[in-house]
Amino acid sequence: MDGFLASPIGILAITVAQTLALLVPVLIAVAYLTLAERKVLAAMQLRRGPNVVGPFGLLQPFADALKMLMKETIIPSGANRVLFILAPMLLFMLAMIAWAVIPVQDGWAIADINVGILYLFAVSSLGVYGIIIAGWASNSKYAFLGALRSAAQMVSYEVSIGFVIVTVLLCVGSLNLSDVVRAQERVWFFIPLFPMFIIFFISALAETNRAPFDLPEGESELVAGFFVEYSSMSFALFFLGEYANMILMSALTTILFLGGWYPPVHVVPFTWIPGFVWFALKIALLLFVFIWVRATFPRYRYDQLMRLGWKVFLPFSLVWLVLTAAVLKLTGWLPA
Amino acid sequence: MIAALAFYLFAAILIASAVMVVTARNPVHSVLFLILAFFNAAALFLIAGAEFLAMTLVIVYVGAVAVLFLFVVMMLDIDFARLREGFQRYAPVGAVIGGILFLELLLVVGSWSFADQAEDLRLAPITGDVTNAQALGRVIYTDYVYLFQTAGLILLVAMIGAIVLTHRQRPGTRRQNIAAQVNRSGSVLLEKVPSGAGIATLGIRRPPEPEAEKPKVTHEAGHGHGGHH
Repeated sequence: MDGFLASPIGILAITVAQTLALLVPVLIAVAYLTLAERKVLAAMQLRRGPNVVGPFGLLQPFADALKMLMKETIIPSGANRVLFILAPMLLFMLAMIAWAVIPVQDGWAIADINVGILYLFAVSSLGVYGIIIAGWASNSKYAFLGALRSAAQMVSYEVSIGFVIVTVLLCVGSLNLSDVVRAQERVWFFIPLFPMFIIFFISALAETNRAPFDLPEGESELVAGFFVEYSSMSFALFFLGEYANMILMSALTTILFLGGWYPPVHVVPFTWIPGFVWFALKIALLLFVFIWVRATFPRYRYDQLMRLGWKVFLPFSLVWLVLTAAVLKLTGWLPA
Repeated sequence: MIAALAFYLFAAILIASAVMVVTARNPVHSVLFLILAFFNAAALFLIAGAEFLAMTLVIVYVGAVAVLFLFVVMMLDIDFARLREGFQRYAPVGAVIGGILFLELLLVVGSWSFADQAEDLRLAPITGDVTNAQALGRVIYTDYVYLFQTAGLILLVAMIGAIVLTHRQRPGTRRQNIAAQVNRSGSVLLEKVPSGAGIATLGIRRPPEPEAEKPKVTHEAGHGHGGHH
C-alpha cells in the first residue's frame, strides 16, 4: 500500500481525494452562502427571506441551481463565442484553484508551498480577466462598461492589498501561509495591525466587487454590468464564482489577521474544538460582515471609489508599512 | 521524466502562443495569447525551481501590465485593413532588418565563453538552507541595495514625468472636497429608529386614506402635505 501511495499514480490519487475533500465543502458553503445572504438581508430589512422550499428555505439553493440548469443558454449573435463561453469558466476555475494553498488546519493544506501568499495574490489578480473577457466578448455597451470599471477597480485595490500583505509578511518573515498562521499563535495580527486589517477588509470588498463597491454590476446604470448578456449555467458560474471569491477573501483575511486555525485563547474548552472548525467559524463571521455591509451602505460613486483607493488607502498603507518596518527594526522584533 | 515532459509541453505552448501573438488577426486575441505565453514562462520558472520569480511574473505581468494592455487594446477601435496595408511593400525592409539582428545574435552567442564554475552555479543557484525568496532578497536588498534604490528612483522619476506630461489643468473644473462635505453640519439628520417599532410610533404618517381624510381636510391643509397616493 505504501509503495502505491508513493508512486506517481498514488500521489495523484491522494491529491484528487484531498481536492475533493476541500472543494466539496467549499461548494456547499457557496450554495448556502447565497441562502445565508438572502436570509440575513431579509432579517436586516425586517422581512422573512426564502422560507418556502424546504424547512426554513434550506433547499432554496438547489431549487435555484435546478432553475438555472433548465434555462436556455443564449449566446448573443455579435459575441465572440469561444471567449464568451470561456470567461465564466475562467472566473470559476480561478476561484477554485486558489484553495490549493489554503491551510485549513496545521498541515492540512493541499500544497504547502513556500510562496503561498504570492500564489494567492497572483490568482486573485487574475480574476479580473474573467470579467474583462466576459465584458468584451459579449459585444454589448453595458457589459463592456462594467468590465472596464471592474478592471480599473480591481487593479487599483490590488496595490493597497499588496502593501497590507507586505506589512503582514514583515511580521512573519516567511511567504508560507502556514507560517503566517503559526506566527499568530500568541497574538492575532489584527490587534497590532488593526488599521491594516480594516484596509484589507475594505479592499477585499472592492476586489470581490461587493457592495458598496459593486459598480461593475451597478444595476441602476449598467443593467447588470459585465454579465448582462449571460444566461443559464454561464450566469450561474459567474454567480458561484463571486460567492466563492467572497469565501476565499474571507479565508485570506482569517489567515492574515485572525489567526487561521487557532482558538482565541489557548484554554481547555476552546482547545477541544478542532482547528478547521475555528477556521470555518472565522470565515463565517467575516462573511456575515460582508452581507452586513451590503445591507448598510449605499453604493459608492465611481470617482469616489478611485479616490478612496489611490488617495487614501495607498498612501496610508505605504506609511503604515514603513512605520511597521521601523518599529520592528528598532525593537529588534524583526523575525530572523 | 515527468519534469522533462512538462518542460517540453510548456515550452511548446509558449512558442506556439508567442507565434500566435504576432500572427493573430484580432489584437485582443494577440494580447490573450501573450498572457498565455507569460503563463507558460512562469511554469518554466517553476520547473527550474524559481517559484518566487514564477509568481512575480504572474503578478506583475499577467496581473497588472497585461490587464492595462488589454484595457487599451479593447478600447481602441483598430482598423485591421489599414494596419495590413502596404505589407508587401515593407516586407523586404523588415526581412533585411530581421536578418541583420539574427546574424548579430548568432555572432554574440557564438563567441560566448562560459566561466568554469558556470555549470555548477547553474545547477545549484542557491544554497539549500534558504528559500528562493530569501536568496533573492539577500542579493537585491543586501548586496546591491543602493543599485536597487537607484533603479527605483529612476522609475519614480519616469512615473512623475508621465503624470506631469499628461496632466491637464482645465479652468472651471469643480472638484469635490470630501473633507468639507463630511464636516458640513445641519444638512443631514440622522435619527435612531427603534427596530420593529413601525412608522406610526415615530409620528411619521402615511398619507391618510381618502375616506378618513375628508373630515380632516381643513385641519391638515395648513401643513402643506402633498402627494396623496
